[in-house]
Amino acid sequence: MLSKRIIACLDVRDGQVVKGVNFEGLRSAGDPGELARRYNAEGIDELVILDITATLEARRALAETIGRVARELFIPLAVGGGIRSEADAAAAVEAGADKVSLNTAALADPELITRVSERYGSQAVVVAIDAKRAQPGRTDFIVYARSGQTAAGRDAVSWAREAEARGAGEILLTSIDRDGTKAGFDCELTAAVSAAVSIPVIASGGAGSRDHFVDVFTAGRADAALAASIFHYAETSVRSLKMHLRDHGIPVRLT
Amino acid sequence: MIALVDYKAGNLTSVKKALATIGAAVIVPGAPDEIADASGVIVPGVGHFGATRALDAPWIEAILGRIGEGRPLLGICLGMQWLFEGSDEAPQLPGLGLLSGRCYRLGTTVRLKPDRDPVVKVPHVGWNSLDIQRSEASILEGVPQGAQVYFTHSYVAPITGDAAAVTEHGEPFAAVVQRGYIAGVQFHPEKSGDVGLRILRNFVELAG
Repeated sequence: MLSKRIIACLDVRDGQVVKGVNFEGLRSAGDPGELARRYNAEGIDELVILDITATLEARRALAETIGRVARELFIPLAVGGGIRSEADAAAAVEAGADKVSLNTAALADPELITRVSERYGSQAVVVAIDAKRAQPGRTDFIVYARSGQTAAGRDAVSWAREAEARGAGEILLTSIDRDGTKAGFDCELTAAVSAAVSIPVIASGGAGSRDHFVDVFTAGRADAALAASIFHYAETSVRSLKMHLRDHGIPVRLT
Repeated sequence: MIALVDYKAGNLTSVKKALATIGAAVIVPGAPDEIADASGVIVPGVGHFGATRALDAPWIEAILGRIGEGRPLLGICLGMQWLFEGSDEAPQLPGLGLLSGRCYRLGTTVRLKPDRDPVVKVPHVGWNSLDIQRSEASILEGVPQGAQVYFTHSYVAPITGDAAAVTEHGEPFAAVVQRGYIAGVQFHPEKSGDVGLRILRNFVELAG
């Protein structure tokens, strides 16, 4: 049976892994290469490196980090953050990424999804969607661009459908409301998108306990779940999370 | 020396890195005659079966020539499907035909219904387990029953006598095939952790 994937996300700025709350207030969590190695040893299924770097110099250094991680670890590696063109996607693939994550640029130019998927295959294209409830308690979800700064004027479910039709291989769905809060994934958002597309949906934003993962794989109908803080600060090890999921009847890969 | 055939179906970087890690020397031949000295040939690839059109008559002749001299061949993902007679994904295009049977699409998505699990989505993306059918298959030496490997595909090869391991995603399909010196894996050994590296090492040892 296909395992539910556990994905660790490394938000990297100026050579350090950082993490904020609701997309703001960043604090440092360590060296990306070291964290990647630790997660791999604990049995992480996949890694996402998001480049939130400001300067060109730091961006070059990150390409080296990606290359180093890709040389050492033989699990899928997705890279995102600031991929605005086919050339950016090519550079990420060249550095060692198996998948590129497109977000703001895909909203501005949806054809970019098709061009990158035609070049590298759909399996290499993740469309990242940052979504927020229109109002607390409402179940319509608005897509935001530019790291949650700008409303994109799109509904999350319809944008996910369009991304799939244009060649996306997976959807990385982040709840802005829950990001960094440890209040649990937004299972309604995840279930709504997962039911609307046939490609895998990776749930993100809000992981605070092992039971939150149980919830997002059952009620949330997620195919994979991504977290950062709870792994970075060693609050929950990947292995103990997977054992917990297995005990709840959720198929996982235990190494 | 392992020849890694680049026919522009996906990126070879990961496969190259994995082979380097296990100490194998690799060439990426620019023309079919450059595989003449290879001790083994790997045909990787992801994407649409139509991409195998680039493996034209000169390539087929060169690859069959190596097999004729007892050199092993490994197909990865699309490269494995190409070993069969063809695929419904590009019905007019023949495969290499070394293994009998045609590739076909996994069952279409089972639409979500409340309380219905597991949900079968296509493409099949992620880690799934190997149900080893033929433990004597050299490509699987040292791979434990139930080991998990990383898949990403929509089409599958049929289960025939050549299937060495089977995986289930809505329906069972051939995950590993081997007939003598001809082997194939539907998953990506270069992305499947230690299990994947072991399988690549088994192939490199087969190549000698």
